[in-house]
Amino acid sequence: MEDKRLMLQVKGLKKYFKTPKGMLHAVDDISFDILRGETLGVVGESGCGKSTTGRAILRLIEPTAGKIIFEGEDINKLKTKEMRKKRKEMQIIFQDPFSSLNPRMTISETIEEPLYLHKIINNKRRRQDKVAELMDTVGLSRRLYNSYPHELDGGRRQRIGIARALALNPKFIVCDEPVSALDVSIQAQILNLMKELQIEFGLTYMFITHDLSVVYHFSDDIAVMYLGQLIEKASADVLFTKPLHPYTKALLSAIPIPSLHNRRGRILLKGEITSPIEPKPSCRFANRCRYVMEKCYKNEPELKEVEANHFVSCFLVKDDNI
Amino acid sequence: MNTDKIENTLEIKDLKVEYRTKNLSVKALNGLNLKIKRGTTLGLVGETGAGKTTTGLSIMGLIPVPPGKVINGSIHLNGEELLNKNEKQMRRIRGKKVSMIFQDPMTSLNPVITIEDQISEVIKTHEKTSSGEAKKKACEMLELVGISSSRGKEYPHQFSGGMKQRVVIAIALACNPKLLIADEPTTALDVTIQAQVLEMMKELRQKYEMSMLMITHDLGIVAEVCDMVSIIYAGSIIEHGNLVDIFDKTRHPYTIGLFNSLPNMGDRTAKLKPIKGLMPDPSDLPKGCAFYPRCEYSMDICAKELPKAVYRNKEHFVCCHLYNSENISEGVLGFGR
Repeated sequence: MEDKRLMLQVKGLKKYFKTPKGMLHAVDDISFDILRGETLGVVGESGCGKSTTGRAILRLIEPTAGKIIFEGEDINKLKTKEMRKKRKEMQIIFQDPFSSLNPRMTISETIEEPLYLHKIINNKRRRQDKVAELMDTVGLSRRLYNSYPHELDGGRRQRIGIARALALNPKFIVCDEPVSALDVSIQAQILNLMKELQIEFGLTYMFITHDLSVVYHFSDDIAVMYLGQLIEKASADVLFTKPLHPYTKALLSAIPIPSLHNRRGRILLKGEITSPIEPKPSCRFANRCRYVMEKCYKNEPELKEVEANHFVSCFLVKDDNI
Repeated sequence: MNTDKIENTLEIKDLKVEYRTKNLSVKALNGLNLKIKRGTTLGLVGETGAGKTTTGLSIMGLIPVPPGKVINGSIHLNGEELLNKNEKQMRRIRGKKVSMIFQDPMTSLNPVITIEDQISEVIKTHEKTSSGEAKKKACEMLELVGISSSRGKEYPHQFSGGMKQRVVIAIALACNPKLLIADEPTTALDVTIQAQVLEMMKELRQKYEMSMLMITHDLGIVAEVCDMVSIIYAGSIIEHGNLVDIFDKTRHPYTIGLFNSLPNMGDRTAKLKPIKGLMPDPSDLPKGCAFYPRCEYSMDICAKELPKAVYRNKEHFVCCHLYNSENISEGVLGFGR
């Protein structure tokens, strides 16, 4: 029954945080699949739980409930030691290359560390060769071998993060806003690099971002999150041309387009985001939705597959008429 | 002096600003020229370290001295020279004639003062009003930016990011300034909130008939809110024009590079064409054109001589050796004919 093309399956993932005011539902019952060699883009506004999802999948934070099936194995059941071994295959690249690197370690030490910790290469000489090779792969010049992070700009630092993630030959990488802190010209360099590496090493990415034009360019499938829930998922082209959820429509219309032609009308959302603490069973977007109906406040819409590979959770969308 | 006759709200000429330390001098602005016509919005676009924020701070007289130093140039606000004002005079101008809003609303507000008091503070400083009246005006300002005045007694931490930025805008506009400098005002906000704030700024600008300097790295925002655009690179303007000039008749290789670096919303699979290399070190700028080490079209002359402005029309100019008065209207790079 196991589908060989499936890299990762997430089923009913939940992560709640205890706060003085009650349980914060950061990630609330989300399910999705990622196919081998593909990229799933995850978009949403700050606080919608996209980073929490990414971290929970790697068990960098322990999920409250749910299954994370990586290549047919539920990694949520693994013990700490086994999990650590598993992380060789699952890596993460963080948003801020300024705070995710140890300022007291040189570049080569930073890239070398995972090779040493996971006992991949025990011979120091060979390990250093591997580091140099990795630096070439991500386009870091070898003269930077003994430099420290503070000597480098954001783009080069992000390359270190990528080299470090690649060091263990992973199959799956969670990219948590990898280009958000970078200038556009550097952003394009890093995006191109990540795409080349994906083809070269057959990597599977989960690409978390709030930048919709980047995610459109980069992903095969896109999942839209709102307040801890997955509200729409489809292939990038379908999502951008035929969005169904009112929030997705508003989100897409809000992208500032760097062109004077084909300008779209904007859907301005009113109201502020509802609190994720102890949410009532209702549609969480109801407060800001312009098509809101009475039942939106009473029931929670389910995520339904309305077309092949197009999932949406909204009462407006009936099974037969789209 | 009747300031209504003056055509340009802001005019900066040949501005040079350096940051000097013991063994290094960083040239942040190198002969920057800038003009904003009354009631229009100019977008100042460039990458990190290009000198965008230094431009804003120079206008406000907020360059930290030392290490900063204005070497040369002039800044005219409504025909009035700002660079020879002393601190006391500048204090009367800041917040009254020109206001600035910063990128991060979380750090621009005082966490221990209610937002109502923070807005009335600027009114009391610049206008002869009683506390009561200032408070009343503050509440009006809050309503104007879309926050219920009943929340005036609350503190900044009780507001979301988008609302805090609205409060900052209310403070900036409280005294009806002639010029608003917005330094990446929506970079820290989510897209849907960004759309709300931009829409509001556009309305307010018209209502108050002010001019705006929109500092940003996002060409999408420029297309959305600006009338004119200046592209800044390594401390000087390399291309300037109106929206059509910049978006459809793009001339400078750097500006073209910026557009090519952006994901194409029409074609998902189009490969990005990034600009190679990095911004030059501002303490060690290349002679000649600052962009030539990264430029695909660089020639021998680029390394030696600073390119002069070549005009395509009355407004649109580009500083690049590729162009002269004959080929500028056609363009030579096959981009935006």
